[in-house]
Amino acid sequence: MTYRAQVLVGSAGEKAPAVEQALLGKIKELHLDQEIQVLEASTLGHPEQPVEIAVYPDGVHYVNVTPADAEVIVTEHLYKGRPVEPLRYREPQVEPLPAPSTKEVRVVLRNVGKIDPENIDDYIAEDGYQALAKVLTEMKPEEVIAEMKASGLRGRGGAGFPTWLKWQFARNSPGDEKYVVCNGDEGDPGAFMNRRVLEGDPHAVIEGMIIAAYVIGAHQGYFYVRAEYPIAIRTLRVAIKQAREYGLLGKDIFGSGFDFDLEVRMGAGAFVCGEETALMRSIEGERGMPTTRPPFPAVSGLWGKPTNINNVETYANVPQIIMRGGQWFASMGTEKSKGTKTFAIAGKVKRTGLIEVPLGITVREVVYDVGGGILDDKKFKAVQTGGPMGGCIPEQFLDLPVDYETLASVGSIMGSGGFVVMDEDTCMVDIARFFMEFVQDESCGKCTPCRVGTRRMLEILTDITEGRGQPGDIERLEKLGEYIKKGSLCGLGQGAPNPVLSTIKFFREEYEAHINDKKCPAKVCRALIEYTIEAEECIGCTRCARNCPVDAITGKAREPHVIDPTVCIRCGICQQVCPVGAVHVE
Amino acid sequence: MNEESIKQIAEVVARYGANQESLVEILSDLNAQLGYLTQETIVEVARRLNLPQSHVFSVATFYSMLNVGPTGKHVIKMCEDAPCHLRGGQEVWQALQDALGIKFGETTPDGQWTLQATSCLGLCAVGPVVVVDDEVIGHVTAERIPEILARYRDEPSGGAA
Repeated sequence: MTYRAQVLVGSAGEKAPAVEQALLGKIKELHLDQEIQVLEASTLGHPEQPVEIAVYPDGVHYVNVTPADAEVIVTEHLYKGRPVEPLRYREPQVEPLPAPSTKEVRVVLRNVGKIDPENIDDYIAEDGYQALAKVLTEMKPEEVIAEMKASGLRGRGGAGFPTWLKWQFARNSPGDEKYVVCNGDEGDPGAFMNRRVLEGDPHAVIEGMIIAAYVIGAHQGYFYVRAEYPIAIRTLRVAIKQAREYGLLGKDIFGSGFDFDLEVRMGAGAFVCGEETALMRSIEGERGMPTTRPPFPAVSGLWGKPTNINNVETYANVPQIIMRGGQWFASMGTEKSKGTKTFAIAGKVKRTGLIEVPLGITVREVVYDVGGGILDDKKFKAVQTGGPMGGCIPEQFLDLPVDYETLASVGSIMGSGGFVVMDEDTCMVDIARFFMEFVQDESCGKCTPCRVGTRRMLEILTDITEGRGQPGDIERLEKLGEYIKKGSLCGLGQGAPNPVLSTIKFFREEYEAHINDKKCPAKVCRALIEYTIEAEECIGCTRCARNCPVDAITGKAREPHVIDPTVCIRCGICQQVCPVGAVHVE
Repeated sequence: MNEESIKQIAEVVARYGANQESLVEILSDLNAQLGYLTQETIVEVARRLNLPQSHVFSVATFYSMLNVGPTGKHVIKMCEDAPCHLRGGQEVWQALQDALGIKFGETTPDGQWTLQATSCLGLCAVGPVVVVDDEVIGHVTAERIPEILARYRDEPSGGAA
């Protein structure tokens, strides 16, 4: 059936189902249900707005939609053809953002938010599965590898290993039974690129996987997706079913004699399963603990068979490299880091969300041009890239290009694409402690340096943030960090000290202030700050005293109030409620 | 173990296949249906998959989404990773603990609520995020916690699924 218009409902908002119901109800009431299709989508790019809907082909976006608004949109826009102007999305008025499209290039995200992910015809209409047809009917595996080599595509899971070489290793590995695996265990806090791709354009990933399977000679593939992504899993299962129905998975694909099928495997909440050897153990029904490499998966992977394992984003790039040529892909990016990369910008920027930019773009361009700058126009302090095993990049490196080698040269990593922006109010010791808490919690416990070492580092960091830091703590952290990096088996342990080491390197004075002066310069660490009321500014309105949860504030009406620091729990409520800004933090 | 439970396990095992590679999915499914995996469940799954009980137990305790102890009627999960932390996640985390009088990883004495820490849900753009049972709630603030809890408190049914 062809529809006159399509309405996409952004499903990240908790109120989305109610809005969708309201839309459907009104559409039916006006007998438009044969003309208008309502689709669920992931967020459409304005994630700061709770419920959003988009009407195509008009391309009109509405944000902050309530069920009542939805009914108005149906009657006015869909029935009478008049977009509802007051509800339309507008660029924030406070400070107009430069159009992100000037810096963004959408390769991996080209279909996300545009097509119905649960309808394979939508993907085919966007030239979907043409690359697969070309590969299976016109290209030898060696020719595909040559094209991949020309593209310069490197692993998007973070390590940046050349994809063509990985494929070649798996292809040359002897064995009649081989596997391809897609790593969709995107566990880095603040990273949700793969989720959006799987939810928005699952067939692109499936197509890339089939091509990889053809190249290495595999007939069975596994999607490993974390259980925290239920919509991605559902979408993927629908996509695989449809691909089977169309003969794109199964026996004799495109009459080429090539057989291949796919299964989805779900994680169960273990961060370390994003590590490739741990992931494969998990698929086999084991505890997801990493094993030593070599042997690499290309030689001995799933059930000891040669296995090619790539990230979601890596596979999603493949069909377009085949269709548009490796040279086209290599025309984007830097000398060693080709193509585009998706990033999830989070933290203290005006526009959080998913972006795709050519590699080699500067940190400044990502933060200010694409992210719209720092929230409340505060001062940029650092950006944490590469997830919990990445490092913090300070202001002096704002103009560094974002590529694999450059990020590594300043003590961080590309990782899967997390991009957490911090402003002047962020305490770098607190953040380092925070990431250490994360890796400590997620350490699988196999290697002593990671299991015990991260705990010791966390204890030292906790002491520092709670005012018990001692001279020599910084050196102890540095020494421990180096040991853990050297002694751990997998990427989790090897990368665990990075947030601490990079913040010590670039923000050593903050550590020293915590340890020597017992002060938190960013005024975050509660044990090291004190709230006071400036007597000359206080108007004696009693609001602070009335709101204090522990009755630490005393004073008569219309007279200056005083905070008792021994009772105060430093919750900051008094500062929030003070009408004249008389409460200060030191 | 009663017959009904045995039948339930048999059905789940049949759905995914009685082999080791289905173990994580079998346990996840049973965990969702039952709220948590009892010792009897683990023994029965091990028997049907012809695996050592110790292996099934070791897998059940490795993955954070599988529970080997009872959970409350409503399970509240929250990710308190850096992106949500920067946007006030810590206050929400604290407000939840204060409101329920328990710490993360614990269940209220009346068996109504369990607080669980989860890894990043990938919804950082709408953070801080809290998941109550299977419902995702974004843009949560400490002030919204009483209202959110009240929404579930009066529901007659629900369950830990």
